Amino acid sequence: MADEDDIILSELSDDELVLQMHDDLYDGLKEEIEEGVNILLERGWAPYDVLTKALVAGMTIVGADFRDGILFVPEVLLAANAMKAGMAILKPLLAETGAPRMGKMVIGTVKGDIHDIGKNLVAMMMEGAGFEVLDLGINNSVEKYLEALEKEQPDILGMSALLTTTMPYMKVVIDTMKEKGLRDDYIVLVGGAPLNEEFGRAIGADAYCRDAAVAVETAKQFVARKHNQLNG
Amino acid sequence: MTATLPEDRILAEEGLAPEAAGRVLLIACGALAHEILALNRKNGWQHIDLQCLPANLHLWPDRIPDAVEAAVHEHRDQYDSIFVVYADCGTGGLLKARCDTLGVEMVEGPHCYAFFEGVTAFLDRADTEFDAFYLTDFLVRQFDAFVWRPMGLDRHPELRDMLFGNYSKLVYQAQLDDAALDAKARDCAERLGLSYERRLTGYGDLEPALAKAALGERSAKPPGTF
Repeated sequence: MADEDDIILSELSDDELVLQMHDDLYDGLKEEIEEGVNILLERGWAPYDVLTKALVAGMTIVGADFRDGILFVPEVLLAANAMKAGMAILKPLLAETGAPRMGKMVIGTVKGDIHDIGKNLVAMMMEGAGFEVLDLGINNSVEKYLEALEKEQPDILGMSALLTTTMPYMKVVIDTMKEKGLRDDYIVLVGGAPLNEEFGRAIGADAYCRDAAVAVETAKQFVARKHNQLNG
Repeated sequence: MTATLPEDRILAEEGLAPEAAGRVLLIACGALAHEILALNRKNGWQHIDLQCLPANLHLWPDRIPDAVEAAVHEHRDQYDSIFVVYADCGTGGLLKARCDTLGVEMVEGPHCYAFFEGVTAFLDRADTEFDAFYLTDFLVRQFDAFVWRPMGLDRHPELRDMLFGNYSKLVYQAQLDDAALDAKARDCAERLGLSYERRLTGYGDLEPALAKAALGERSAKPPGTF
């Protein structure tokens, strides 16, 4: 925006600043986001509130406009970079001050697939929502997934694929989990551009998540259900 | 079928209307128009007509099944048979399911990179070549419109490694043996920071697929409809 240079972030009220940060996140303005985060912290905001009200809420708008075809991959990447910069400031503070822990997720792109933009967005939004995330990166074999599950004991396994040729590998992982009697120990969420709900059901995943915001909401629902079952 | 094609930009953004002449209609991706026309000339398929959907549908693969279905419904009464010249193209099996419902056949394979190289050979390489970024003749010519600008690299070159950092090489699948396209493809690889390999694939599995379509082996209408 042309007149944005004139806005002095520190002169804005809290509400105005949060809205401005949503705009800045939308525009991928990393330095402005860092400045906004620092201002809110100086004003005594809890790190968790800065994360959820300024960053996560802003990124949710970005995600919705991406889903609706208003924003495209580069804009989302720039917004993600800006959010990441804000999170880098908040992360150590969140660890110190204590923030609600929603659960733990192991996530990775499947074997034979190097695409990680969507997976990285999901990992970031899950972290923003209070999940502990272990990101296995790209090209993960079933052995690597199982090793991480055993070591990390997460609540959720997330798998991502961008290719029609690699998405069937998700079934290989789930079938191996079944063979080893591990399937019911984890919530399995899958995602990626060529996937759909029917595919998710067919391979035995708990849910297909069409974007990062849906992944977060789905993860929260399943974790709450799991906890209710345990408590019941 | 038309003897001349509009410029690539039109094929990318608007597609190509059929001439309403012929017994077999090909509903194709605009990115394949030149290759289909070349094969038509070579084989003398006088009875084939061509409609191209905008090639830029690939930027939103979820829109391809609906676009194909609309084209089938619009034209099926005017032709003996219809053949869809798309592979799966990122639709996750939904295009195949839609074509089955409509009673029309389509090209086999995950995408045009696979059928230009030959689906079997392409899939055989899948375990060792998943870090390759593929371009065809059309995509080399339209690199800026289909890759560079949609990925924002004209405005934000700093995104290059986030977008292409996991790739190791660019493979140019050449349909034509053309030195100028070779040089342009090499330049594309350099711009993306990838090593370069050129493979002269010709038309691969596309020619037998179109030859089968030319026979009009299957009715344009789904079984049970009149």
